Amino acid sequence: MSVADFGGRGTPGETGEELFARIESGALRRIGAFLRPYRRPLSGAIAAELGFVLVQLAIPDAIRRAIDSAVGKSGSLALDTVLLGFVALIGANAVVSYLQEVTAARLAQRVIFDLRRAMFAHLQDVSLAFFDRTHVGRIMSRLQGDVNALQEFMESSVTAIGDLALLFGISAVLIAMDWRLALLTLTVLPILIGIRAVWLPSAKRAFSHARDTSSIVNSALAENIHGVRAVQGARRESLNLARYTVKANANHGAQVDAARISQIMVPTVDGLTGVALAVIVILGGRLALAGDIDVGVMIAFVFYVQRLFDPIRNVSMQYTMLQRAVAAAHRIFEVLDVPVAIRDRADAVALDADGPIEPSIEFRRVTFGYAPDRPALHDLSFVVAPRQMVALVGPTGSGKTSIAALIHRFYEVDQGQVLIADRDVRETTLASLGRHVAIVLQEPFLFTGTVFENIRNASSWAGAEDIVRAARAVKAHEFIMALPQGYDTVLDQRGQTLSLGQRQLLSFARALVADSRILILDEATASVDSFIEADIQAALRVLLAGRTSIIIAHRLATVRDADRIIVLNHGRIVEQGRHAELIAQGGLYADLNRRNVASFDELDD
Amino acid sequence: MEWTRKAHRFIVRRHISVSCKAKRLTNLHPSPLPDAAPLVLLRILRMALNYPARFAVATTASLGATVFAMAIPRLLGGSIDRAHSLLSAGPEQADGALRALTWTGLLLVAASSLRGVLQMVAGYQSEHIGQSVGRDLRLAFFDKLQRLSFAFHDRIHSGDLIARGMLDLEGVRGFIESGLQRLLTLVLLVGAGAVLMMLQDPLLACLALSFVPVAGWRAGRMGYRLRKAWTVLQERLAVLSRVMDENLQGARLVRAFAAKEHELGKFDAAADSALAVANDRIVIRSGAMSTVTASYFLAMALVLWIGGHRVQAGQLSIGQLTEFLTFMTLLQLPVRQIGMIVSTGARAVSSGRRLFEILDLPPAIADRPDAKPLAVTGAALRFDAVRFAYGREMPAALDEISFDVARGQVLGITGVSGSGKSTLAQLIPRFYDVTGGAITIDGQDVRAVTLESLRSAVGLVAQDVFLFDDSVASNVAYAAPDTAAPALTDAAEIAQIHDHVASLPAGYATRIGERGARLSGGQRQRLSIARGLLPEPAILIFDDVTSAVDAGTEERIRAGLRRRAATHAVIIMSHRIGSLITADEILVLDGGRIVERGTHCQLLARGGTYAALYRAQTHGETLPAPGRHVA
Repeated sequence: MSVADFGGRGTPGETGEELFARIESGALRRIGAFLRPYRRPLSGAIAAELGFVLVQLAIPDAIRRAIDSAVGKSGSLALDTVLLGFVALIGANAVVSYLQEVTAARLAQRVIFDLRRAMFAHLQDVSLAFFDRTHVGRIMSRLQGDVNALQEFMESSVTAIGDLALLFGISAVLIAMDWRLALLTLTVLPILIGIRAVWLPSAKRAFSHARDTSSIVNSALAENIHGVRAVQGARRESLNLARYTVKANANHGAQVDAARISQIMVPTVDGLTGVALAVIVILGGRLALAGDIDVGVMIAFVFYVQRLFDPIRNVSMQYTMLQRAVAAAHRIFEVLDVPVAIRDRADAVALDADGPIEPSIEFRRVTFGYAPDRPALHDLSFVVAPRQMVALVGPTGSGKTSIAALIHRFYEVDQGQVLIADRDVRETTLASLGRHVAIVLQEPFLFTGTVFENIRNASSWAGAEDIVRAARAVKAHEFIMALPQGYDTVLDQRGQTLSLGQRQLLSFARALVADSRILILDEATASVDSFIEADIQAALRVLLAGRTSIIIAHRLATVRDADRIIVLNHGRIVEQGRHAELIAQGGLYADLNRRNVASFDELDD
Repeated sequence: MEWTRKAHRFIVRRHISVSCKAKRLTNLHPSPLPDAAPLVLLRILRMALNYPARFAVATTASLGATVFAMAIPRLLGGSIDRAHSLLSAGPEQADGALRALTWTGLLLVAASSLRGVLQMVAGYQSEHIGQSVGRDLRLAFFDKLQRLSFAFHDRIHSGDLIARGMLDLEGVRGFIESGLQRLLTLVLLVGAGAVLMMLQDPLLACLALSFVPVAGWRAGRMGYRLRKAWTVLQERLAVLSRVMDENLQGARLVRAFAAKEHELGKFDAAADSALAVANDRIVIRSGAMSTVTASYFLAMALVLWIGGHRVQAGQLSIGQLTEFLTFMTLLQLPVRQIGMIVSTGARAVSSGRRLFEILDLPPAIADRPDAKPLAVTGAALRFDAVRFAYGREMPAALDEISFDVARGQVLGITGVSGSGKSTLAQLIPRFYDVTGGAITIDGQDVRAVTLESLRSAVGLVAQDVFLFDDSVASNVAYAAPDTAAPALTDAAEIAQIHDHVASLPAGYATRIGERGARLSGGQRQRLSIARGLLPEPAILIFDDVTSAVDAGTEERIRAGLRRRAATHAVIIMSHRIGSLITADEILVLDGGRIVERGTHCQLLARGGTYAALYRAQTHGETLPAPGRHVA
């Protein structure tokens, strides 16, 4: 797990400047598409926000009226009446502010979950080539960190609308009460905006520097945690702590600098508030003296002015959040835009559209490479007849795994054809390929969940009997029953509590339940020890019976039972035949065999 | 401070949804009793008090800011009275009154500015303290994790530790930085205001402050409910993130089984359950805050009502009423920040608990008070009836293990995975302590010597190779950072990795990349062998480090090692017989016990497990016996 898992902003090297450079309206407009199903809740949220603004505007007015009647201004309402109105406003304020916060948050939550689901669903369709290049941790950081950054922005953007409305509302009310006093008071606004404009670039620089140093300390911490065994083994504790202290101090310094810069705005805002109040007192006093305004108006001005600065502060906060949200949206849409290279053609038919299939596999002059200039397979042709077992042998990088991947259409061939049951894999549906071709991976992969769920996996039709029968067949039943809750035992942390061999047996049972006609087996590595190999071999024989199979062989023992052995080197077939024939030929296979390597891997290393 | 409020809300939310990666750790503490919330907050406060000067400045500045803040209502009230009385008194004294108003205006600017400056000082000092405490915690946490034993790290997920070190640390820091300061401001404002208003008019003062108990009660309850809601949400989001993570990790499998729909079903179930509680904390906070705000406004209404009637009755001046009202508006922002304060407090409690839980763990393995440095003479390692279990209720992972190996000798150990090979290896540098029996080196019990000296005498090359994102040279020289280049290449040559490194674009300066991702499994293993050789430990242990190395290369590595054998005692663990043939003694482990022992030839002759394994690995064909059988 990398640090990036824990925050979208944590990716080293991503400075604030890059973030800023990424501001494009395109990404935000695309979010609009996700809002479309929620038009009604959205207008509800906006309505609640505007209601909130109205109440905010009405409260100082109510106070002014109360003062008016207290000083006995002619034509004013009775004090008790005004106060009844005030209390009603307070009630309205409570309801409206609650509604405003809750509707906005609920809406943001929904959209965010929709976005996450869209990303997740899309990731189910993208080609495996994408996963070869990308760290799962990085994707997870987009699924979580970036999605959350966006959520914050969405929740507050409704408030932002309200803030703007409040700003204009207050200005309008002030001007309506007394335009002279209002205009003079409001001159502090452009001053504040101007100061902020000067302040912002250096603040942004300080903040992004602080963020960068944070990401440095955090990744250093993560690395030390992951490698703690190596650290202790090499007695690096003191040295590592000393190096970490340097990083932590640098972070401290950068954060304190950022704090200093951000705090400068506090006296600025307060000083300007004082100026606005002074204007009210001096000019308002003169106007009151001249009989142009009442005391109530002066008081109302005092109250409104104190609220005036909140929206400005919020709006500028919103701006920072906007930058972050745009960057996050960008990263989210990058995921959604990963092209789905492999999908069903419009005219694709299921493999078994014409009834049960004869499970044959054919490679017809296949050329394929992960990078265009370096083909992994060259003009490769071979046929596996139904119910035949073929073993692929060869050093690392000879193309064994590529062959397996192409049968399942994890990748597209560059030239030639791969045919299953005499049908080009590109002309059939991916779902039917999945049903008929099963792969047992080298590293048995288990999910957190019960043993039962792991064996059943996607074969939702399988009942308890099928599961137990499969487990018995691969001799996994006994050890499963020895687990605390048998088949209902929850495997934590992807079954790390089981031995590798046990996990492999479970994955065999899973393949047996799926009951595909064609089986591709990426055989267990050298790390499965020889002691339990006999069990695995026995289970394999059960699994392979009556199926067409391709085994990527890492060990001699498996190979000898194969109907045919294909020896690969540098993406080409160099020899093929039965064990005895190949030994007699005295080629690469015989050589490998003679050198008695336990594993064919890394021969070219 | 409004914008920082939002920033913090943002961080708080990130915290919730991100730390879900961390699995809740149970039974870390011997006593599972969680510290009470006030105790945790008190402990955080004590850490802040480690910076007494800054703390004093921050408090004094806050106090000063409050004084100037209190001046504002006074000035405004006075000026309103003046304006009002002028209105009724007529224009005769206009000049003096206007001068007075101008003075008041200037004083207002001064008071506001000074308040701002003092608040800036207070805010800056608070952040400084927060950052300093953050750094102190960071360093303590980092070092504590380095010192905690393998047994601890086995039990806890590394993702959980990272979440604590990043997010929980922020939680504690955030409380000192903003929560504490805002709380102080709020308390000072209410307190100072209460005194001043009481002096003016006790009845109105009581009315103005009548919302305080309601707000306090609601805020307290909100804190409690928020903590509970967070816990539930965190748990459900943890499930969701696990579903996503596993799906992506197992992308190949999901495709192989065409399990997309199945996986989307799992996702939807997890997402729906998280969504169902996702809004709880907003509902709790908004609900509580709307009551708090309403009680505040109701208090203001009471002041207006009673005060208004008394103004009408001529018992109170309009300026005095304005003063009360202005005082209340000063409270408006702090009152609205109560929600924020409570949130940071609640987060600090749960975060603080998770951090202190780790920081308070005593390292299970540490130097005894009377520990002496290990004196290595003959590097004679002895296991004497060693017994080991991973936990008190766990079955013994090793039992009755006895053997001797000394400088110039090679001990081979084989057995199925889970038979105890790696466990045995890890007992020697004292990554775990034996449960029974003793391990001695040259007659000194490993528990009686200093860890530093023990671990420099024992080099364990572990099965799981961990490489750091650094240069090849730094990785090889990890245990001996001051090594000169010739020694480095020498070790790399023995480990058969030098040629490969030399072919890399920047040679030994080449950066390896995230956890050695740019190397093959065999290359990583050979690099870790070089790393183990470099500090020239007296006892060298190789725990199955050649599983991905081909037989030819392994033989060359062994030949290189033999040249150095006279200076080391060597233990080789492997399930590949070929690696062990030349050992002076071979132990066969099964279920944590030694089931067979002897030289290769003796064990073959015995016809037991070892002989069967040998046959299985060679298909009954005789190995062209390497090593000393030929020599």
